Amino acid sequence: MQFMLLIYSQEGSGPQPGTDEFGPFIGAYMGFTQKMKDEGKLISGEGLQPVATATTLCVRDGKTHTVDGPFAETKEQLGGYYILELADLDEALKCAAEIPTANYGRIEIRPIAVYD
Amino acid sequence: MPSPSQTEAQITRLIREEWGRLVAVLTGFGGDLSLAEDCLQDAVVAALEVWPKSGLPDAPDAWLIATARRKAIDRLRRARTKLDKAEAVALWHWQHAPEAEELQTLPDRRLELIFTCCHPALDEKSRVALTLRAVGGLTTREIAAAFLDRQETMAARLTRAKKKITSAGIRFRLPDPEDLPDRIDGVLKVLYLIFNEGHRGSSDQLMRTDLSEEAIRLGRILTACLPDHLEAKGLLALMLLTDARRLARRGPDGAFIPLEQQARSRWDRGKIHEGITLVEQVLGSGPPGAYALQAAIGALHAEAPDFASTDWTQIVALYDLLWNLQPNPVVLVNCAVAQSYATDPSTALVQLEATGAGQHLQAYQPYHACCADLLARQGRSAEAIVAYDRAIALTEAPEEITFLNARSDAVASAEKSDS
Repeated sequence: MQFMLLIYSQEGSGPQPGTDEFGPFIGAYMGFTQKMKDEGKLISGEGLQPVATATTLCVRDGKTHTVDGPFAETKEQLGGYYILELADLDEALKCAAEIPTANYGRIEIRPIAVYD
Repeated sequence: MPSPSQTEAQITRLIREEWGRLVAVLTGFGGDLSLAEDCLQDAVVAALEVWPKSGLPDAPDAWLIATARRKAIDRLRRARTKLDKAEAVALWHWQHAPEAEELQTLPDRRLELIFTCCHPALDEKSRVALTLRAVGGLTTREIAAAFLDRQETMAARLTRAKKKITSAGIRFRLPDPEDLPDRIDGVLKVLYLIFNEGHRGSSDQLMRTDLSEEAIRLGRILTACLPDHLEAKGLLALMLLTDARRLARRGPDGAFIPLEQQARSRWDRGKIHEGITLVEQVLGSGPPGAYALQAAIGALHAEAPDFASTDWTQIVALYDLLWNLQPNPVVLVNCAVAQSYATDPSTALVQLEATGAGQHLQAYQPYHACCADLLARQGRSAEAIVAYDRAIALTEAPEEITFLNARSDAVASAEKSDS
């Protein structure tokens, strides 16, 4: 079954560009992505631009409302995701623990719905 | 031939006893806990209809499994028009499930069931409720009553939990070896929660008593499934040794009776013997864990003919070991109490204060109650009464307030008669 691993963290937490820790941090992400690819688990995975670039939209009574900013103003923001093909939740939990941001932020694990 | 009501009682007992094993076997067929429980319930309804007329079959559990299996296939077929891929696979599994003349010929899958019910992705209360329902065979009504919840609320909780198991991808299997230690710890915690729930309160003692017995029964199941796991044995021993003192812990009015005033003749010697045997096995097999250490302390209390002849020195040593594993206020305060009997109250108080407890534990009721007792026993009555007042101010349970007030009054009146 497929799982989406949503990566949440407070912007500015964790290793920042220009610091000594940043290189190994990015390296760890590349390593994780490559491992998922090699094991045939990776469906997709991307990082997102900072939350300052977010726009939220809704349509009410046919009228489109656009708001600057993310859906929810929370400390921890969605910063990226992976979609992985895995056996079960236990495996998803193990993969999530390997995502470097798990050490600074939080990973939410959501099974992908199947319509058939 | 037994009367219908006798048969019914027999059936109820048998189903309660075998429920967990049956649910585990049925969940093993299709991987679906919800369906397993539903079709077993169908089979039970059928049994209650047929058996009082025909008498119990030779192998009632095999009969229940065969019937439950037919019911599951019926349920899946009925849903066939909208059967999705997963359900089609499930139907195939149910149709090809092994036939059994006796339940014992099928592999025992209760351990998988326990791990599923205690999965860390479920919230704690749901783990407890689900374990009691699926493994222990308690009815939703019994579980709701034990937690003072409405039956509908508990039923909704159980349904939600089972739905999450299916949809979140919690598979009916043993955890990977590297996950096993954490997951077993989680299971032990659930059992201990159930046990302690049974020990809390006094007003509704009868039904809560059931939960302690139930936790012990689950502990026996777990140790049977994991015969080499020392902490599982340690927990079972701890529960047995604690429960052995249950009758002596409450007065006729439900008031709490402290260890030193308990009538030791009311302790349950059978449970004590079983608990001590387990403690000896565990201590002889390797470094003891936290449950085993607490059980060992319980065993020393149980072995002492009276309060005064308790081996306090060894109890202090065990608390020191426990402190290394679990440096928490409960251990600290209990150790101070033991120390006060191993040496004297003044030494114990000095040692307790040396840990900085006076700063860290200001909001912790047992700390003040302990200080009060240590002060009173040194004849420092005025300070003791102040400490009792602090403890009372931090207590919400009426029976604890009654107990502390009585202690404080005793100190005050002793002071008066001395002067």
